[in-house]
Amino acid sequence: MGVKDAAGLLQSSLVIFLGSESNVLIHGLIKPMNVYLGKNEPSELKARLYMATGIALSLFFLLIIRLWFLQVFKGKEFKELSDNNRVRLVRTTAPRGLLLDRTDKVIVGNRPAFNLAVIPEDVKDWEKIKKIIPHIVHITEDDIEESLNKAQGRPPFQAIKVKEDLTWEEIAIIETFRIDMPGIVIEIEPRRVYSFGDMASHIIGYLGEIDDQQIKKLKKVNYMLGDFIGKYGIEYQWERYLRGINGGRQIEVDAIGREIKLLKKITPTQGYNIHLTIDLDTQLAANKAMKDKVGAVIAIDPQSGKILAAVSNPSFDPNLFAAGIDKKQWNNLISNPFHVMETKTIQGQYPPASTFKVITAAAALEEGVITPSTKIYAGGSFWFGNKEFRDWKAGGHGIIDVHRAIVESSDTFFYQVGLKVGIDRLAYYAKGFGLGRKTGIQLTNEKPGLVPSSSWKKETQGAPWYEGETISVAVGQGYLIATPLQMLNAYAAIANSGRLYLPQIVNRVETPQGQVIWRFMPQEIGRIPISPATIKIVKDALKGVVNEDGGTGWPARVPGIEVAGKTGTAQVMKLKENTSRKKPKDTPYEQRDHAWFIGFAPAENPEIAVAVLVEHGGFGAEAAAPVAREVIKAYLKPKLQTNMLKTYGIKTIDNAITEEPDTND
Amino acid sequence: MIDRRLLLHFDWVVFLVTIFLCIIGILNIYSATFMDSGNKLYEKQLIWFLIGLTFMIFATFVNYIYLERLAYPIYSVAIIFLIATLLTGHTTGGAKRWLHIGFASFQPSEFAKIALILILSKYFSTVRVSLKGLSLKELMLPSIFAFIPFILIAKQPDMGTAVITFIIFASMVIFAKVRLKLLIVIIAVTLPLIPLAWRFLKDYQKARLMSFLDPALDPLGTGYHIMQSKIAIGSGGILGNGFTNGTQGQLRFLPEHHTDFIFSVLAEEWGFIGSFIVLILHFVLVLWGLNIAQNAKDRLGAFLAFGISLMFLWHILINVGMVTGMLPVVGVPLPFMSYGGSFLITTMIGAGILTNVSMRRFIF
Repeated sequence: MGVKDAAGLLQSSLVIFLGSESNVLIHGLIKPMNVYLGKNEPSELKARLYMATGIALSLFFLLIIRLWFLQVFKGKEFKELSDNNRVRLVRTTAPRGLLLDRTDKVIVGNRPAFNLAVIPEDVKDWEKIKKIIPHIVHITEDDIEESLNKAQGRPPFQAIKVKEDLTWEEIAIIETFRIDMPGIVIEIEPRRVYSFGDMASHIIGYLGEIDDQQIKKLKKVNYMLGDFIGKYGIEYQWERYLRGINGGRQIEVDAIGREIKLLKKITPTQGYNIHLTIDLDTQLAANKAMKDKVGAVIAIDPQSGKILAAVSNPSFDPNLFAAGIDKKQWNNLISNPFHVMETKTIQGQYPPASTFKVITAAAALEEGVITPSTKIYAGGSFWFGNKEFRDWKAGGHGIIDVHRAIVESSDTFFYQVGLKVGIDRLAYYAKGFGLGRKTGIQLTNEKPGLVPSSSWKKETQGAPWYEGETISVAVGQGYLIATPLQMLNAYAAIANSGRLYLPQIVNRVETPQGQVIWRFMPQEIGRIPISPATIKIVKDALKGVVNEDGGTGWPARVPGIEVAGKTGTAQVMKLKENTSRKKPKDTPYEQRDHAWFIGFAPAENPEIAVAVLVEHGGFGAEAAAPVAREVIKAYLKPKLQTNMLKTYGIKTIDNAITEEPDTND
Repeated sequence: MIDRRLLLHFDWVVFLVTIFLCIIGILNIYSATFMDSGNKLYEKQLIWFLIGLTFMIFATFVNYIYLERLAYPIYSVAIIFLIATLLTGHTTGGAKRWLHIGFASFQPSEFAKIALILILSKYFSTVRVSLKGLSLKELMLPSIFAFIPFILIAKQPDMGTAVITFIIFASMVIFAKVRLKLLIVIIAVTLPLIPLAWRFLKDYQKARLMSFLDPALDPLGTGYHIMQSKIAIGSGGILGNGFTNGTQGQLRFLPEHHTDFIFSVLAEEWGFIGSFIVLILHFVLVLWGLNIAQNAKDRLGAFLAFGISLMFLWHILINVGMVTGMLPVVGVPLPFMSYGGSFLITTMIGAGILTNVSMRRFIF
């Protein structure tokens, strides 16, 4: 069949092309109706049939060649394209490691969140999507545009998040309409949950979407656009450990991007869990006690440097950041007059005020300016040059030794002693207690404070030191500023008989399987240059502040436990001469004094040291000491209970320890 | 009417190849729509096949002389149906292609192809063709025969079928022989008209042509279809992905995967081997048809067989050329393979006519 004779075919073709002279026969044979071809069939028709056969043959041959080209020659290439079409790699974000407290209670965890995302390659009708989506979820067309613009340069077929954390209702509606809106997907992602809201959020920190600069640096370690990354606090400092390893799912999708089949799965590995040194109960108690107050509380284990609680008020809720904070919320936070975003425990620099007196005392004793038994007249005011430096107590304290001077927090005593020690020796001891430089705690942006000296003044201000300025420094005012953490660490050194520890917040880092990969080690960063004898004198005085009659720190007393500590009232405004200090409530807020209390307990073998600063809180005894008391009480509660049982054999100890002394003046 | 001699000369090649292709076609539709929920299209195609089989047998055993005598009435009915389609037709996808009569609906444009072949064969077998070939005057009547359905079909619009109608006509005219000068004049006059015709094309038709010329122009639109089809065919490789395992077709990357792009599904799942075999079967049918024309006992038989063979040939060439990216996307189905009752029955009637001519080659 087909080609009977190739030569015949050629010949016939020639006939067609050259004309019909060669075939005169045919037409004579054609009859009007049903011309029989038979044996005398017209060869011209036949020739054309041959030609048609030839054309058909060559065209078929062309098709076969084309198929061979596509399927055999380029088959591999097209196979790849086909796989690209149907196979997608979807990243599965690893859940971040948990943050737990000292007693393994979860503070920060994860939960699944459903996000709305778009795969632009799959979108068939942008207009429709941009119209419908704003009706379902709370975003505008502009928001969608913005998300898309931000995602420029991402790898193809990667979904772009449009809206985070959908409600069940939204999910249900979207699932119903998805078939009509190719390109729309719902992704499940673990989302950070800060179970205690704004508690310790300055320490814990927050997450944020990775920015352009970070991504350039971190691309190598698999960060991608749209990833969340620790931006502050522990979340930032320990990002490397917390992050985990993202997994992936190789899925087969259909033409509108719907998942048809799971081809391969790499399970994500959760990040390492971080066990903090924070004690949840103590932290909560500190938060409660600081409610409605502006300022900082920080508690530490003086025997090791473990931070037990840290409050910086006002605070923020890191949950707001977990989904990407919007501009309005962010502006609210940063425009708050009480500096929400400032970590007051390590970034707030305040005059230490009377809490500094112990350092002045230690310096004077060490330098032999005074002995423990030296008695000085500490009156209502002290004249230096032609300037009057007043004591906080109008009538003065009479003739007192250093112990009573600390207990009663005499100003005039320390004016005189400070003058004798001199600024440079005071500066030496202040630095010896760790002031004027960062403690080195592993948190963002710690401030160093300032310890002034004569050389410092010359260098920075080009002016000589005036002795009158020494008087201010001796009582923790003037140029002297310190962070609550620095002051706390100084007191912790007194509590532990001289060692300055590096404050740390992480107890241990564990893999999700419980293997410890990093463990807390106390790190001594220095010793205070004070002899044990002097430390004992200072310590005794601090006990006196809280426990003796006339002591300023009595509101910090905790029944059943001996507390030691010191109050402080830091002047914000210089007092006008010859005006007596007003009661806080009669002063405008921003002019009110900062209230300090720093202490530790139990006085012998202290287990906790705590510093409280209430901004514009007024008197330290009034505003700060009760906060310290609550923190100490919460931390030592188990100990208190056993003590109580031992002492009184009673079971209803809760009542006993919550009974509060009268804090009124 | 049916004597033993007829059965003796029954053309088994046409019959078996047709049946075989139809069965492959149904299986392939089963595979193409495997993942689709809803209508079981292969079942419907099976029913069309059985109906087509009766039509085919009828077209085989009624002497084609009678068919010729009925050419005018058949042609008239076809034209009336086409007009009725335009007037009352059901609009799907922006085109009026379906005619509803009672409970049945069909595409008259498909049957019009057969009617046209019939009437042209009748004309060419009776007209006295001079030595130089057909004159312009002699071409008038067949041109009108072709022009009426062409315009009616193009108006639906169904460019694919209209083009097929035109080239069947052109092939038959050339087969009948035209004066060389006339042919040159016609071509010379027609060519400048092409840009003019461009204006009459619908937007989607222009887009198809443009994206054929430059697929990168619109990678997610029409160019997308061509690209996806090439990917489907290419990814089949030598052996294919296997029955119901073609991802391009199953996951709907392929457009029209059970109708115009059915060959891509076949090529993806059966590879070069499978698509080669199916093409060869088509090829055998066309060449066998031309052979029947060679051996036909009269001019009428020769023209009928030639017309039908070329109808098959052009469908195959345009369809496969289209899905392999060699020709622009015009909706032309692949005989016996594409889903669709009207087309299947039409092609089976065609096959029946071929057998008809074939087995009467010795009967005078």
